[in-house]
Amino acid sequence: MTARSPGDVAVRLHDASIGYDDVPIVARVDLTVRHGEAIAVLGSNGSGKTTLARGLLGLAPVLGGDVEILGAPVGRLRDPGRIGYVPQRHTVSGAVPATVREVVSVGRLARLGLFRRLRAADRVAVGEAVAAVGLADRMEEPIASLSGGQQRRVLVARALAAQPELLIMDEPTAGVDAASQDALAEVLARVSAAGTTLLVVTHETGPLASVLARAVVVDQGRISYDGPLAGAASGSGEHHCGPVADAGRPGYRLDQPTVTARPVRSLGGGR
Amino acid sequence: MEILEYGFMQRALLASLMVGLVAPAVGIFLVQRRLSLLGDGLGHVALTGVAIGVLTSTAPVGAALVAAVLGAVLIELVRARGRTSGDVALAVLFYGGIAGGVVLLSLAPRGSATNLDAYLFGAITTTSAEDLAVFAAITLAVLAVVGLLGQRLYAVSDDEEYARAVGLPVLALNIVLAALVASTVVLSMRVVGLLLISALMIVPSAVAQLVARSFRQALYLACGIGLVVSVSGTTASYYTGTPSGGTIVLLAIAVFLVVAAAVALREATARRRHRRRGDVHAAHPHEHGPGCGHQAVPHGDHVDYDHDGHLHAPHLTGTGVHYDEHGTDAAPADRPATEGAR
Ligand SMILES: Nc1ncnc2c1ncn2[C@@H]1O[C@H](COP(=O)(O)OP(=O)(O)OP(=O)(O)O)[C@@H](O)[C@H]1O
Ligand SMILES: [Mg+2]
Ligand SMILES: [Zn+2]
Ligand SMILES: [Zn+2]
Ligand SMILES: [Zn+2]
Ligand SMILES: [Zn+2]
Repeated sequence: MTARSPGDVAVRLHDASIGYDDVPIVARVDLTVRHGEAIAVLGSNGSGKTTLARGLLGLAPVLGGDVEILGAPVGRLRDPGRIGYVPQRHTVSGAVPATVREVVSVGRLARLGLFRRLRAADRVAVGEAVAAVGLADRMEEPIASLSGGQQRRVLVARALAAQPELLIMDEPTAGVDAASQDALAEVLARVSAAGTTLLVVTHETGPLASVLARAVVVDQGRISYDGPLAGAASGSGEHHCGPVADAGRPGYRLDQPTVTARPVRSLGGGR
Repeated sequence: MEILEYGFMQRALLASLMVGLVAPAVGIFLVQRRLSLLGDGLGHVALTGVAIGVLTSTAPVGAALVAAVLGAVLIELVRARGRTSGDVALAVLFYGGIAGGVVLLSLAPRGSATNLDAYLFGAITTTSAEDLAVFAAITLAVLAVVGLLGQRLYAVSDDEEYARAVGLPVLALNIVLAALVASTVVLSMRVVGLLLISALMIVPSAVAQLVARSFRQALYLACGIGLVVSVSGTTASYYTGTPSGGTIVLLAIAVFLVVAAAVALREATARRRHRRRGDVHAAHPHEHGPGCGHQAVPHGDHVDYDHDGHLHAPHLTGTGVHYDEHGTDAAPADRPATEGAR
């Protein structure tokens, strides 16, 4: 849509505070993400990663400083549909059954303005996004009949279907098995190569480490590290003790079910 | 059909047909949002509108429409501000609307049409030709908006936060939905009455929710059910002499109970069959695993074991691991062994 040079800024926080009920959770943060960058947001539970992401999306109030996203202050983005988002929440909540196709199609809607209907090209994008998360054969099934990890993958597909300029994912791999994590890493490598800016909140970079070059570590609402992923300190402890980012740590990734493996998926579906 | 010989019954049936179709088409979005009581709240507000209409001798239906739409917009603005919870805002509407209506109607000069019962419980046989014209206009408008914006309304009802994050006009869509509800309330006022309006919006959707596999299916199904119970309830009320509103709603609830029972029965049967099949292999000599001598066959997200020509998928239940039969290409009927199936 818009031609951009890779040097342009996709996300800029300047002295920004984000929080709830006038209590800043993320306090006085500076961060600049250029177009086309792929960045991991690490940090321990409760450090403020989700709050930071929600602040960028206009879902948590900016209490001070400036937050700019795709060149406009938060909430003032002119053409919608340029952002894809995977919330941390695990499942889709609606009370009425909906199919995988219906949920993922929502990802396309914002691009279409208020009245335009989904066209053939949109349906192709929806199909590709669902295939990318390995659920092509579940397209017409009600999402409630999928496992927790599969529902998570549907939400990833919804964000991918938008073919956004900026993709913000809050723990996209939580509860997702190793094979699907590998597949996701491949997809992210592809969209990243195509110029999409990635901001991925995660506890375990795992297979995504090959895609995410840069990392910021959030510690008690402040950014305590900003640099190459390989040098990022552990997000799960109080102290910064050595690199976490060695993706292939044995024992973290269980082998995908193969002929010799026991019939167990690596990470449990529900939490 | 002798019932069709009377002009008032023809009009009544036409009105009930429109209401039966429109109420669930709007109500399903409320069910999706778990905001089922919005219709009730706006029904109460509409009563204030009716009273103002009676007092000022303008058309009560028009005044009710204006009041309900204003109430709807107001409540969405309050919800968007986020300070007062939607729940409290609804309660204020509820009580303010009905209290205002009752008090204002009592002030009406003697001799004006102050039949409170007719508005609260419906008076379908008093539907005039002019009423029908207004109803038809509302029906067309509501169906057109649902047809045009249905997918967006679904998106906002399903995951409001996502919709806001990606830049869908959430507030505008919420106001549109609330205005649709307000219009439906006024449309249904004559047929089911202000006190029972919500039932016709919600109950057919609740039935559809039990059996549909997709949102689109649920929408069509709810409209179909609404249409059938509305028209047949009106017909029944003619023969039994019971009020149309209560008859229609009781019929809808009967449908709901029958379908809910049927679904529960089907699930129980499936569970029993499943358990029985488990028993067949209760005496299984070993737990399948690598090197157990049976051929392992990857199947989607798990591994089956070929056991004398049929596939076994380990499956954890409350009583321990048993084996589901998975055909070579059939999708698993339920989830195979996952957490803790050791
Ligand atoms: N809606 C909310 N209202 C008030 N406080 C909140 C809200 N959401 C989060 N918080 C607070 O903000 C802090 C940071 O939460 P946040 O969800 O951003 O952490 P996180 O880094 O994403 O953690 P995790 O790794 O567990 O996802 C927590 O102390 C939490 O209590
Ligand atoms: Mg979080
Ligand atoms: Zn065996
Ligand atoms: Zn089983
Ligand atoms: Zn068997
Ligand atoms: Zn199987």
